[in-house]
Amino acid sequence: MTTIDILSIGGSFGFLILVASFIKKGKLREEYGIVWIIVNLTLIYFALFRGQLDVIAHYFGVFYSPALLFIVAIAGIFIFLLHLSVVVSKQHQQIKKMAQQIAHLESELNAQITTELKAEK
Amino acid sequence: MVRIGIIIPAYNESESIIQLVDRINQLKLNECEINYVVINDASTDQTLETLQKNKINHLNLSINLGIGGAVQTGFQWAFKNQFDYAVQMDGDGQHPPEELIKLIDAIILNGSDLIIGSRFIDKQGFQSSFFRRLGIRCISIILQLFIHQKISDPTSGYRIFNKKAINLSFKVYPDEYPEPESLVYFKLNGLKISEIPVMMNERVSGKSSISGLNSIYYMFKVSIAMFFTYFRYRK
Repeated sequence: MTTIDILSIGGSFGFLILVASFIKKGKLREEYGIVWIIVNLTLIYFALFRGQLDVIAHYFGVFYSPALLFIVAIAGIFIFLLHLSVVVSKQHQQIKKMAQQIAHLESELNAQITTELKAEK
Repeated sequence: MVRIGIIIPAYNESESIIQLVDRINQLKLNECEINYVVINDASTDQTLETLQKNKINHLNLSINLGIGGAVQTGFQWAFKNQFDYAVQMDGDGQHPPEELIKLIDAIILNGSDLIIGSRFIDKQGFQSSFFRRLGIRCISIILQLFIHQKISDPTSGYRIFNKKAINLSFKVYPDEYPEPESLVYFKLNGLKISEIPVMMNERVSGKSSISGLNSIYYMFKVSIAMFFTYFRYRK
């Protein structure tokens, strides 16, 4: 086993532990955790069986196998970023609705308090 | 008796808001019941304190939603109170309340669902800078492609809406720089839109959010938004 093997396997496991600890502490929702766990397991697999990357690259007709890894990684990142943009847009709408409801409720509450105070006097 | 609700979005308008509300209170319109609400869009100055201290009817947004979100909050208020007409009026003093009568008369008489107060029909009062007018002209041309109607002042925030328009706006209203985009939405939902000339003033205080690099972003965002609104709502 070469130094790069040890580094890549160690790094992948370290990343997996980090993701797991985030999920455990509730800092990362399980739905996103699943994506990162799958990414991690893929990384660990190719770190352990580096020859497999060459087999897959050869199957797709890619002569330089790391290039396949980069293409897949970049495509994955783009798709995930797009997904996050959709999530942010949805949250924006939800936050807007919530802020508007709070404003209306606050106004109703203030009106009610004023009416009660007047009645007490 | 016609019941009118005036929606005044305000972001950091502590210097101008009292003056504006005083002018609204002084309006004497026959057969009209005038109500207003100031939407404090999470101002960072003393706007909220000013509204509370002077017992001005207001709704307080705890986070800044931008002009579209603030105006939509006003439409929700107008819908809840079942006003016959809702008026959108800027809190910075650009829209003289004395011009309101023109908008009310027009919407009662000509049967439109939405009437825009335009500063470019009679070309009187504050006309904005050359570059801003050029930008507005470009938006007007793009808007015409989508709604097949010429609107001389598509960015005007001085507008009056009837119940049909209020019912549409309280549910869906664009977020950022909403005026031109909302016109595409209204037109595709079958509303009759028209314009009448009004006088506008230079803002009393504060500064426009559309300046420098922001104006390029504004043009781009508004054009894209009109394009997608058209394809989202066309039948």
